[in-house]
Amino acid sequence: MPAEVIIPLQQHIGAPCNPLVKVEERVLVGQKIGDSDSYVSAPVHSSVSGRVVAIEPRLIHTGDKVLSIVIASDEKQEVAPSHGLSDEEAMDSDKVRAVIRTAGLVGLGGAAFPTHVKLTPPKDKPISDVIINGCECEPYIAGDHRNMLENPEAIVDGLKIILRILGAKKGYIAIETNKIDAIRHINDLISSEENIKVVPLTAKYPQGAEKQLIQAVLCKEVPSGCIPCEVEALVQNVGTTIAISEAIRKGKPLIERVLSIAGDGVREPKNLRVKIGTPASHLIEECGGLKGNPGKIIFGGPMTGFALFDLNTPIVKGTSGIVILPKEMVPVSDPRACIRCGKCVQVCPIYIMPNFIGQYIEVGMIDNAEEASVMDCIECGLCGYVCPAQRPLIQLIRHAKAKITDNRRKGGK
Amino acid sequence: MDSQLIVSAPPHIKSGETIGKLMGWTFLALLPVVLLDIYLFGGCAIRIISLSMIAAIATETLILRYRHMPITVIDGSAALTGLILALTLPPNVPYWIPLVGGFLAVFFGKQLFGGLGYNIFNPALVGRAMLFVSWPEIMSSSWFAPLRELDAITTATPLAALSQVRAGTLVADLSVVYKPLLFLNRGGCLGEVSALMLILGGLVLIVRKVTDWRISVSFIGTVIFLSFLARTNILLNILGGGLLLGAFFLASDPVTSPITRSGRVVFGIGCGSVVMLIRLYSGYPEGVMFAILFMNAFVSLIDKYTKPRKYGLVKAE
Ligand code: SF4
Ligand code: SF4
Repeated sequence: MPAEVIIPLQQHIGAPCNPLVKVEERVLVGQKIGDSDSYVSAPVHSSVSGRVVAIEPRLIHTGDKVLSIVIASDEKQEVAPSHGLSDEEAMDSDKVRAVIRTAGLVGLGGAAFPTHVKLTPPKDKPISDVIINGCECEPYIAGDHRNMLENPEAIVDGLKIILRILGAKKGYIAIETNKIDAIRHINDLISSEENIKVVPLTAKYPQGAEKQLIQAVLCKEVPSGCIPCEVEALVQNVGTTIAISEAIRKGKPLIERVLSIAGDGVREPKNLRVKIGTPASHLIEECGGLKGNPGKIIFGGPMTGFALFDLNTPIVKGTSGIVILPKEMVPVSDPRACIRCGKCVQVCPIYIMPNFIGQYIEVGMIDNAEEASVMDCIECGLCGYVCPAQRPLIQLIRHAKAKITDNRRKGGK
Repeated sequence: MDSQLIVSAPPHIKSGETIGKLMGWTFLALLPVVLLDIYLFGGCAIRIISLSMIAAIATETLILRYRHMPITVIDGSAALTGLILALTLPPNVPYWIPLVGGFLAVFFGKQLFGGLGYNIFNPALVGRAMLFVSWPEIMSSSWFAPLRELDAITTATPLAALSQVRAGTLVADLSVVYKPLLFLNRGGCLGEVSALMLILGGLVLIVRKVTDWRISVSFIGTVIFLSFLARTNILLNILGGGLLLGAFFLASDPVTSPITRSGRVVFGIGCGSVVMLIRLYSGYPEGVMFAILFMNAFVSLIDKYTKPRKYGLVKAE
């Protein structure tokens, strides 16, 4: 139990929340403490009972300072009253979406897109297939596995809720074949469901990425520049699906999540259920503390995560894991010219050519990079991982993307 | 303590592959050939190989210093260029040939284009081609050094022998040619002493993914196919005349070959076809080196037309 939690008012894609409490005010577990009038946004709730000690900008994992509510816990964990929807109410799509929004649900896989928005596809684009993503998003991260073992009923229930409110025909639960226990477990549960099936997939990074998962499960490719509803598909992470079920059945807001604390820099790597807002340092202690000299502390996975400046950075809704790498394991990068080995081209899951794109960007040929589809890059990090010339491909790609977005906004294209 | 945390962009882990390691594996793959050379030719081989490598390394260091670039010879790429150049030389060239060759290879083949990664032509082959054009007598006279085991066929590259031998009549005799080619061949250039060693080394590179099998396999495959069509001796075409050295170590050099998978197959087929064209239609029995240089020039064109189909390129209506 952390002594203090730091709850940033923006933990999602979309508009930040405004604080609903004042300094010194007492708050309860699950009490809404921040919300916004904006549609694309999700409220935040207190994960402890206690006293608000500060409302001030705090450093979050992205390196930005975000207005946050700091709450000192009184260790009583008094819970704010809440109740779910009755079975009858749960048939009403709009009510369900409203509850999902009130519960502050966002995608727990990492992107943290507000769930109620995702569950409201454009009218002319009906969803027919819903995929529950049970593939871990990255190496080292194993929280979804634990979710599937501990809470399979909630996953199936959450999937059924999603299918109902979207009027979708088929539900798929994609699980990697190295989690045979989870596959068996869930298969038993859905034996009587006709429209739900488990899809075993070989474990392979970046299978957990939305577009790659759709490709693997439905054999469809999402057109460039479009979102999955274009192919009548929708992907939800298992953690989010459980949270949907809990919000609808019990009215439970999103105040905790399962995450992995992993890496060779921590004594006892674990999957933990943690309160949103817990500082990373507290969790590391719970895992026996640091082992050796920490080189990098990463929020998210080692392929795409954020390296932290500060150990007291709080866990947010989208934090899928903390990876701690000791100093020796942090690769020293000594970028060189591309030797055209082609490894990046062979690994790129969207089949673009990171080598050429990187070279274009280096010499400022942003238009050529755009033509080479740099905007389609999902930033999986594989090209940088394999490159023997240690080229900073992701940095270059992000730089170009920012430039192109900027140009487009200025009305260029 | 926090101030010591390293903050940088992802990915935070790396495959551990580096240019230095790729070069290291290539040296290892060539080691059997080099050892065999030293066993067969002793001081001659040591002299040619070391002078060529020294010249290459020295040229690279001086040019990098002149260009105010970090001195990266430690990655071994210049040394490797020197070694490969040496392997394309006959064992009895005068000592200054590898010296000049190492210089030409690195200067004209590599640094003039901007250094490792920017060169269009295989540097070792550029060096060798320039030597060949400048001192044809030295470079080719030694090509006809007699084989010790096979006095009857007086050629270093048994390919020339092929034109003397009427197909069909001398099959049994020809088998006498294969054996030395496969195991211990004293003719030809330093890199041709043993097909077996080259195949072993080539497999090491392919298994370690230092080079792409697509190039080597399509190259050799094309030669087999075309020799079959032309009804010439397939085995001789493969084992002789530097084909294996070319297919496993020269054409497959990543910097000077296409980057796409299909492009690499096209490149290999191109190399194989040009080799056979030269062998069948010119009096010149060799051709591997020039075929590769010729195909090097088409690499960016091949890359352009073999781009992989991007994910989601099909636009929805
Ligand atoms: S990060 Fe690299 S490998 Fe991954 S999608 Fe982008 S370009 Fe391709
Ligand atoms: S992996 Fe690196 S060196 Fe190899 S082609 Fe890609 S950018 Fe070039």
